[in-house]
Amino acid sequence: MKSYVTDKVKQIKPSGIRKFFDIVNDMPDIISLGVGEPDFDTPWHIREEGIRSLKAGKTFYTSNAGLMELRKEIAIFNERKYGISYDPVHEILVTVGGSEAIDIALRALVEPGDEVIIPEPAFVSYVPCVQLAGGEPVIIPLKEENQFRLKPEELKQALSPKTKVILLSYPNNPTGAVMEKEDLEAITDILIERDIVVISDEIYSELTYKSPHVSIASLPGMRERTIVINGFSKAYAMTGWRLGYALASAEIMEQMIKLHQFALMCSPTSSQYAAIRALKYGDEDVELMRSAYDQRRRFLLHELGKMGIPCFEPYGAFYIFPNISQFHMSSEEFATELIHRQKVAVVPGDAFGDCGEGFVRISYAYSIEELKVALERIERFIRELR
Amino acid sequence: MQIRKEVLRILERNSRLTPGEIAVMIGEDEEKIKKVIEQLEQEQVICGYHTLINWDKEEAEMVTALVELKVTPQSGDGYNKIAEAIYQYPQVETLNLMSGAYDFLVRLRGKTIKDISLFVSENLASMEEVQSTATYFILTKYKEQGVTMIKKKQDERMVITP
Repeated sequence: MKSYVTDKVKQIKPSGIRKFFDIVNDMPDIISLGVGEPDFDTPWHIREEGIRSLKAGKTFYTSNAGLMELRKEIAIFNERKYGISYDPVHEILVTVGGSEAIDIALRALVEPGDEVIIPEPAFVSYVPCVQLAGGEPVIIPLKEENQFRLKPEELKQALSPKTKVILLSYPNNPTGAVMEKEDLEAITDILIERDIVVISDEIYSELTYKSPHVSIASLPGMRERTIVINGFSKAYAMTGWRLGYALASAEIMEQMIKLHQFALMCSPTSSQYAAIRALKYGDEDVELMRSAYDQRRRFLLHELGKMGIPCFEPYGAFYIFPNISQFHMSSEEFATELIHRQKVAVVPGDAFGDCGEGFVRISYAYSIEELKVALERIERFIRELR
Repeated sequence: MQIRKEVLRILERNSRLTPGEIAVMIGEDEEKIKKVIEQLEQEQVICGYHTLINWDKEEAEMVTALVELKVTPQSGDGYNKIAEAIYQYPQVETLNLMSGAYDFLVRLRGKTIKDISLFVSENLASMEEVQSTATYFILTKYKEQGVTMIKKKQDERMVITP
């Protein structure tokens, strides 16, 4: 039978997470440590603002780039938090989650055959989005011994005359790794010298536990070659609202807005009103959630350490990425067995790139009480394995 | 100072956590946390460890009421003497001196409405400093101590997400 769909799309590999989800989804009484979203509800005052906007009849399209008031608040927030300043009129675009921003940033930058460097383990959409944009993904397998930070030598080795873009994502999903200021400074000379554009996915920027997040766009010579991607999902527990944003120079942004305009028209209006509230009055909520994550992070790390499962200390996001290679099973076998024997779901590390093999992603977007129950089961599981 | 507050915030939400667990959660030494807790207990910053119970679900015979009291303050002692005479009763669950239209807000617990009515008329209204009382029976407790008592929220998230 004739196939109607394009080879380009057919060749895209389905997400490894999807496959695992299908296994888990049918099983009853699973304790999941597998989610990539906060366990907190969106703070009530932010939800109320969304509801208020609906009641007030704010049910129409907004301008393509997003409500001007929201773009202004995004500008104020980024200046205040990360010392980066963007013009709300020409340099800020409100998107449908960070995910859309990643897609359109790549489509705006990548010519057929351009190489896009992706340090892995990384979020599942990067490689497919690069491929759909016609680019060639070039993977840098990051190393546990470097705490999954990108080192200048690794970057140099991956460069070619065709390198156009690098996709950086810190704090990182799935590893929880961060790049501190010195780490970023160590690579900016190379990026500038080789004239490489950075797409910096900073969606977890508010969830750091050692030192405040540093945006690569704040470093000398980087602003004009960086697209910063951020959003509301992780910091304000707003995943279902689907709202993110991109910050870039006017030249790049003009093109991104076109892509956004023709694919989506604008981002959800009620979400935009709620987001204004979040930026203006949400600091305290973020701090409360951040400190709860930090407590869980320490707890989880300590308990896994006691079980003899080694893990570098992650300082961002809400994941830890323990090394399970001592059990001589693949990540997928380990995760599948853990589900079957103890009904605990974690995500196999190779879902985030081949170099994630030998690791699993454990999310701590769960209460201490839930983590305790899950950890007891994990301990039973590894006792059986040993 | 910071550690004391952090310990208190954690214990306020869950007093079943051990000093060892709290130590791990805030990155401190277990012995140090033990000492901090002991000190907080001694200073009566920590006044007790309770369990939050929804007695309605246990179908226990229990009625709770709030009583507003207007009183005539005594010279010298102000309100303290009267307060003492009130809080000694085991039926009194909480006692607060208020700003505004009345003086004390008393929370009472009894087995029946009749129990409480009797207590208000015989023990509170009859005090010579008490000018007037107004009693309100609690019908439903929705939230206590920051915890919602109605129904436990299900985790709405999908089991695995990127």
